[in-house]
Amino acid sequence: MNALFSLVSALIAVVALVVVSWFGVEAIGLDSVFGVIIPYIALAIFVIGVVYRIVDWARVPVPFRIPTTCGQGKSLPWIKADNLDCPYNTWGVIGRMFLEVFLFRSLFRNSKAELREGPRVTYASAKWLWLFGILFHYSFLIIIVRHLRLFMEPIPSFVQTITSVDGFFQIMVPTFFITDILFLAAVTLLFLRRVTLPQLRYISLPADYFALFLILGIGISGVLMRNFFKVDLLGVKSLAMGLFTLHPVAPPGIHPIFYVHLFLVSVLIAYFPFSKLMHAGGVFLSPTRNMANVNRSERYVNPWNYPVKVHTYEEYEDDFREKMKEVGIPVDKE
Amino acid sequence: MDLHDLPKPQDLMNINLNKPPETGWMDNPAVFRDGTYSYPAAGKNLKRLGMPNPREWAPTDQDWKLPDNWQEIILKGMKERLEKYRSFRLFMDICVRCGACADKCHFFIGSGDPKNMPVLRAELIRSVYRNDFTLLGKMLGRFGGGRELTIDVLKEWFYYFFQCTECRRCSVFCPYGIDTAEVTMIGRELLNLVGLNINWVMEPVANCYRFGNHLGIPPHGLIDMWEFMADDIEDITGIKVNLPINKKGAEILFVTPSGDYFADPGTYTCMGYMMLFHELGLDYTWSTYASEGGNFGLFTSHEMIKRLNAKIYAEAKRLGVKWILGGECGHMWRVVHQYMETMNGPADFLEEPVSPITGTKFENAKQTKMVHITEFTSDLIKNGKLKLDPSRNDKVIATYHDSCNPARAAGLLEEPRYVIKNVVNNFYEMPENTIREQTFCCGGGAGLGNDENIEMRMRGAFPRASALNHVVAKHDVNRLLCMCAIDRATLTALTHYWAPDVMVGGIHELVANALIMNGEKDRTVDLRGEPLGDEEEDE
Repeated sequence: MNALFSLVSALIAVVALVVVSWFGVEAIGLDSVFGVIIPYIALAIFVIGVVYRIVDWARVPVPFRIPTTCGQGKSLPWIKADNLDCPYNTWGVIGRMFLEVFLFRSLFRNSKAELREGPRVTYASAKWLWLFGILFHYSFLIIIVRHLRLFMEPIPSFVQTITSVDGFFQIMVPTFFITDILFLAAVTLLFLRRVTLPQLRYISLPADYFALFLILGIGISGVLMRNFFKVDLLGVKSLAMGLFTLHPVAPPGIHPIFYVHLFLVSVLIAYFPFSKLMHAGGVFLSPTRNMANVNRSERYVNPWNYPVKVHTYEEYEDDFREKMKEVGIPVDKE
Repeated sequence: MDLHDLPKPQDLMNINLNKPPETGWMDNPAVFRDGTYSYPAAGKNLKRLGMPNPREWAPTDQDWKLPDNWQEIILKGMKERLEKYRSFRLFMDICVRCGACADKCHFFIGSGDPKNMPVLRAELIRSVYRNDFTLLGKMLGRFGGGRELTIDVLKEWFYYFFQCTECRRCSVFCPYGIDTAEVTMIGRELLNLVGLNINWVMEPVANCYRFGNHLGIPPHGLIDMWEFMADDIEDITGIKVNLPINKKGAEILFVTPSGDYFADPGTYTCMGYMMLFHELGLDYTWSTYASEGGNFGLFTSHEMIKRLNAKIYAEAKRLGVKWILGGECGHMWRVVHQYMETMNGPADFLEEPVSPITGTKFENAKQTKMVHITEFTSDLIKNGKLKLDPSRNDKVIATYHDSCNPARAAGLLEEPRYVIKNVVNNFYEMPENTIREQTFCCGGGAGLGNDENIEMRMRGAFPRASALNHVVAKHDVNRLLCMCAIDRATLTALTHYWAPDVMVGGIHELVANALIMNGEKDRTVDLRGEPLGDEEEDE
């Protein structure tokens, strides 16, 4: 799998999705296919798929307690234990998972190894991935929350608040949101990181570029429809409310760019359960992070533990009894 | 291959971490170059254990003499393990290839081979997983990141899963905690199903199974070794230490890696235990049957861990001891801490460990009933139960190498440091990116510490050596301390190649040097037989 093939094939796939939806609506008039049928199917795949995947993972047993300990464990009372990096109770685990899920703590540890004359190796701080990751995930979250205004009437106050804070700078009309800029910037930087760092370029699969291009496509089409094509937002809202209240209609006259946006979102959520994007659910189940380091103080049962063939003491003594007696090692059978 | 056959360090490290090959990784088969792989297991060792496909073969052969249906066996084995280990299943599914792990592996830093990036090591098996077990992989093939399990892929697995020391450093940095040790362990399990394993793992396993220890020392041989050490102790201290062996009714069973009976510098640590226990008047016993703390089953399969580890509880029960004390070892403590009680417990015939000297209850070990020697000794020191003269170690300028497993699989970080600081006056830490949970492997863990693999070992040892040389230059460090028998063997080669002025040693060697024993003669030499002070050098 070479890097260029991965990148180009993923780009072609996303461009094809854009073209299909644009012309599907513009030329063939498939408004209700792209506005109603596909979103419903995608949502169904998303919900069923995510639940299925998580249940599927949860059904697989965790035979051993294998936390990766990143701090001092709890042992003697006068040694200060680190409950967040080496949890010794449920609160520690919750704290560790909170930091992991909400602040990407492990990624914050990142460093970059560099070879130098000597030879020796040095480690520089490398927080870019953490920064881009945080920016990307949190601006995505805020954008999703902002979108709730399309599905709810009256619009909940927290959505109003977030929206007005997000549009604080009031650049352009309609207002350009800060998170839109951060989101596009973060996805672009994550992409640039992937193509410019040789190690990362080497490991990247089409799926890695596909997810990035798809998300970038969603962001760009969203900004275009709102700030440049200025699509009929009332029409969009009535479509969204219709979908939400199970009385779907695709109002005529919404610009195709909206359907491109909606279709890419549909593809993303339908693709989600089958892809690496499931890391969102998987991180909660990771046994090296969500288990407490109480290995020697609390019993842990492996549900499929089975008896194995061992070499017993009796067999051992049978092999060596005479020799043992000669050198004065006590034996069980004379 | 021998150390002196290797190019000089600066030539060996003439590599570039940022220049992967032109060919994509899926189409770049492994090359078995001398010095970078381990020899396969001898058929007799597999036979002794009843393991599949015993035969004589070499990785450089075209034909690996596999069973005809090897693909079927591996894929069936994968399916079974995907249903038994959530870790494996999840780690196959959720990697986003962010690359945070890439330059965290000592083998990658030392070799520049991109397949030593943890992410790519896992992708070797993940590509097959996608191809045969996931919807998108089945539908899209290569475009979906899938790759068929061919003989070249299998050979690649053998090369790279025996080029990972299961040290878990990458899992510290992974945002999802993906642990390559888990992937490698399962990868090796699968390889074992078709008879692909290395002799430096399987011979110790076969020995341990029958003789009770990796080195295959029979009980009468063990006695010789222990008595030899006791004689040395008598020469140095004038004290004849008691040496209880297979003693029924003792309070404590002591288990330590057999590497400590066999070769310097491990033997000095072993003498240290004997002196400490004697001085305390501890009611304990050695065992010839459970004469191995280490467990090379960990480098073979989960089943083999259990088969070998079973001896410890069985022997504790037979001897009727109250609890178990364990010596300085790395992977042994991964097994004792994270597997033993689940596999072979509950040990309800034992009692919750209590130090007979201080009365301290080791509550952290109340279920497993096995205490780490540095927990035991640091508690003694804290309670003022040892008379110590750290100035006897004044010739030692020490630094401490955290062994991977006690650090990242048990959180044993402060106990050894507390002991060290109380027995030696000169102690300096290596840089923070290379110690504690971020510690680097010695380069020879997980069964890779053999001679034929020496080039790859020295490459893997490079990050540790680089950190060591930092404190050598800054503080004239001359002793690399560790609490692991594999370390004591492999770090010795590391220092020989990378830092020739540094000696390697265990913690309890220094404890015993500093320990003022009741009735001892005026000590003039340390446990290595070297003069304590500078008097002789001054002459």
